[in-house]
This record gives sequence, C-alpha cells and structure tokens, in this order.
Amino acid sequence: MSAAGLETQGLCKSFGALAVASAIDFRLERGARHALIGPNGAGKTSFVNLVTGALRPGAGRILLGGEDVTSLPQAARVKRGLVRTFQINALFRRLSVLENVTLAIAERDGVAEDFVRPAGRHRAVIEEAFALLDRLGLAEEAVRPVSELAYGRQRMTEIAVALGLAPKVLLLDEPAAGVPSGETATIIDLIERLPAEISVLIIEHDMELVFRLARRITVLVQGSVLIEGTPREIADDPRVRQVYLGERRHT
Amino acid sequence: MPDARRSMLDAFARRHRLHVLEALPWGVAIAAYFAFPDYLALGAQILAVIIFALSVDLVLGYAGIVTLGQAAFFGTGAYTAGILAANGWGEPLTGLLAAGAMAGAIGLLSGAIILRTSGLTLLMQTLVVAAMLSEAANKGGRITGGSDGLQGMDVWPILGQFRFDMFGHTAYLYCLAVLAVAWIAVRALVHSAFGRSLTGIRENVMRMHAIGAPVDRRKLVVYTVSAVLAGVSGGLIAQTTQFVGLGVLSLERSGTILIMLIIGGVGQLYGAFIGVPLYMIAQDRFSTIDPTYWYFWIGLFMVLMVVFAPGGVLGFFARRRARRGKP
Repeated sequence: MSAAGLETQGLCKSFGALAVASAIDFRLERGARHALIGPNGAGKTSFVNLVTGALRPGAGRILLGGEDVTSLPQAARVKRGLVRTFQINALFRRLSVLENVTLAIAERDGVAEDFVRPAGRHRAVIEEAFALLDRLGLAEEAVRPVSELAYGRQRMTEIAVALGLAPKVLLLDEPAAGVPSGETATIIDLIERLPAEISVLIIEHDMELVFRLARRITVLVQGSVLIEGTPREIADDPRVRQVYLGERRHT
Repeated sequence: MPDARRSMLDAFARRHRLHVLEALPWGVAIAAYFAFPDYLALGAQILAVIIFALSVDLVLGYAGIVTLGQAAFFGTGAYTAGILAANGWGEPLTGLLAAGAMAGAIGLLSGAIILRTSGLTLLMQTLVVAAMLSEAANKGGRITGGSDGLQGMDVWPILGQFRFDMFGHTAYLYCLAVLAVAWIAVRALVHSAFGRSLTGIRENVMRMHAIGAPVDRRKLVVYTVSAVLAGVSGGLIAQTTQFVGLGVLSLERSGTILIMLIIGGVGQLYGAFIGVPLYMIAQDRFSTIDPTYWYFWIGLFMVLMVVFAPGGVLGFFARRRARRGKP
C-alpha cells in the first residue's frame, strides 16, 4: 500500500478528563475528497489542530506523505505541504486581499526573509498572487481590505491564502460556515475545481455540502472514529442517523 | 492582462516609492536649523529622540509587540557611549556604534527569553528588564556614577573636524545625519518582504503560524534591530548633552516615548516625526510659561489629543481624508 497523503495512528489528546481524541486511526488518500463530520464537540477542530501542530498529541503518530511529522513544528509541516483554513476567518483584515495572498506566497518561496529589497520588487510573487485571485474570481476585490468584503468573499479569501501555499494536503475547517445560503454554491464550486492532486479533507456541519463534495466520509463522535465509508454507507448507517443526523433534527 | 489590472498591480508593487510628502520632515528640519539658532540644543534632542520613537514604532507599530521597557535599550546605549567618553574614548562615531551594539546585544538576550510570552505578561517582562538594568546602573556607581549621574564625559570632534559647540550647531547636524541613516534603514525594512511579514504578525499571528512563518524568530530579529536603534538614540543624547543620569533607564522614559509615538500615529513610520517634536516643543513651552504646573498642561493636551484625534495626528488626517470620500 502506498503512503497516504495524510495518516494518523493512534492519535490521542486529552484536556484533563476530557478526551478530544482517543486513538484516532485515519487515512487521507492522495487526491482524496474526504469529509470529517460529527456533532458539536466531537473533536473535529481539535483533530485539525493536532494534525497541523497547533496542539501536541498525548500519544500517536502523524504521517505526511509517509514521513513522520509528529514532532515537527507547525511551520515545518506547512513547508511540507500541509495547509489548513480556519472555521472562523483568520485573515489579515486590514490588509488587501492581494496582500493576504502575497504574504502566503512570500512565505512559501522564502522571499519573506528578504529585509533589504522592497517587497514590490518580488514581482513574480505578486503576479502569482493576482493570477490565483483571478482564477478564484476575486480579481475585482484584489486591492480592497479584507474587512470590507462580503462574508462569502472573505471565506473565499481564506481558501485563496491556503492555496497560495501550494498545498499537497488541504484541511478545510467548515469552509461554508457563516456564509449566507445563496453564496454557498460559490464555495462548493470553488472546492470542486481544486486541482485533483491536492488531498482535501473537509471538516463540515453542512450535510448538503458534505454529500456534494465528499467521496469518503469519516464520522467522529466524542473523540473517536465511529465509522468510515462512502456517503451512501454513512447515510444508511443507523448509528450515524441516531447520533448525528437524528440529533441535528432536534437542534 | 487588461491595462486597468496591470496598472493596479504596478501601483501595488510600487508602494515603497518615495512620496513627495516624505521630503517634508527633512525640509522642516533644515529650515529650523536656520530659523531657530537659539533652539538648536532642543532641536538636536528632538532629532535624537525621533530615532528612539522609530525604534518603538518598529516593534509596536509594525510587529505588534507591546513594550513598556524600551528605555532599557535607550539607557544601555546612553551609558555605553557615556562610559566610553568618560574613560578616554570620546570618538563619537565608534561610540555610537558601540552604543547600538551593546543595546542590540541586550535586546537579543532579553528578547530570546521574554518574547516567548505575549500580551500583559510580555508587557510586565519588558518593564522588568528595564527595571533590572536601572537598578544595576544605580548600584554600579563606580562605573556609572549611580544616582549622581555619569560625570566627566569628553566627546571628541566628529571625524576629528567638527567640534561640539555650545550653540549646538554640530550636535544638531550630527543628530540630523544619524536620523537620516536610521530613517533610510527603517524605511527599507518596513517596505521589505520581511517588514510586510511583520505587519502580518501584528494583524493575525495565528495565521502567520498557519502559513509557515517562523514567527518567533522574526519577532526576535525586529526586537533586536529596534534595540540597536534605541541604543543609538541613547548614545546620541549622551554625546550631545555630555551627561547620563539614571533617568535614561526609567519607566517614565519608556512611557513618554510611547505617548510621543501615539500622539503622532503608530505603525506609519512618520508618527515619530510628528509626535516627538509636538510633545517636546509643548513640554519646553509649557515649562517656560508655567514652571510649577507645566505637567498639568501636558496632561490636558494629552486628554484633548485622545478625545479629538485617537490614532494620533496621522490618524486624524487619515480619517478626514476618508470622510471627504476618497475615490
């Protein structure tokens, strides 16, 4: 079996008595479109924080393209192509959309260490950032501060910043959270058009989005994997209906 | 690519180009040299303190590191230049380099320890570093002169040519030249890709981690650069006033420089050039007009500033421009 894009083995993390991850074995195949779902407090975002290195696991291993990255700091994982977006926008709000993406590309290329030449002299970085925004349909807003954009456009910027890092594995933490239903389609469309070679893990609440995009789904409940399968299998599983889909109907 | 987009990208890539308004402070500084020959000593101090304010702007305004201990580096520079000049090495340029190097070393060492924290904890740590140095200077009386201050500095002529005169001509031009060099360096830094990444750290440190930036190292670098600048500023003050007292390491010194920068505007490079002259000239005038209660007038002035121009003078103009509806 070839190495997965991303793999966790026996991943554990507790805060006091609360186990947010208990022995999670997870495989994200290369080029996957995989969703991680689960009720509130299931440990989805903690899982992302563990994988990216924002949290240190209590036990277990994290493999990126077959390489053990468990003890690597966050920045080193990003350099190896592991990139995330945030559930709540984490953008440079007072800076322009173009600057947001430029910062990411400058980091990726190592340009950001240059403290002598003006940033504008690194023209290739700016051109690439703009070309990316153009592809995502954000060219018109390129020089506007992020804070002035409609929320849906900010969510797209969130993904644009991640794409600027040329990810191999992309973790999308609730990409459509807070987006008015009319604009969700644009986000779905954007994710559908992501290059096929990127392995994508979508952490999501919105079932419509999950069943549109994912070819495999993992259900997380109280820090453990309940079941993994195709969307059909997940939708038909009685336990999932009980703990997750059923619960949603009440709330 | 269509022309409109091309020119938009050009504008974005040329933000570092000199704007005509950036010549203004230098025009004013040169005009002041001829217009106010009786105030050159004060003028020299203002120019030197602008460098100090620039050093605070780098860490606070650009990297978002809140500090109440910048006097640690200012004072280290002042004592370094002062002790050298009081002990037989009065050559000003090398003295200034030593002042910057010593302050930079303290910045690097203390920064490596305290920059692991953030927020209020960091604020306290910066305060503590300055307090420790101040106490060291107080106790090390044989070298520093303790609470009496450092006496007997003998500063040699600049480049062996230009003697420091009692009217402050040499001091003024010396400080102006050093400020120009500092300005060129700071301006290049903030417009560089490194400088832009500092702005990213200020705006959203979590995202900077997520895009793979070595945030801690960047902070330490800029903290050290800032310490060097503060040290140079302190060295200038010591050399031009020929005296160093414990006040150079005081909390009051760290606080007033923050106030001066805030009056001018934080994070915009030119706040230092506006806030420092405004504060120091106001202080000079008020203390002449009302020697007993001048601090009250400074306080009133500050309150009015905060009420009518939050964001400082630069912020005030920016908001007026926005209200008039820029295109």
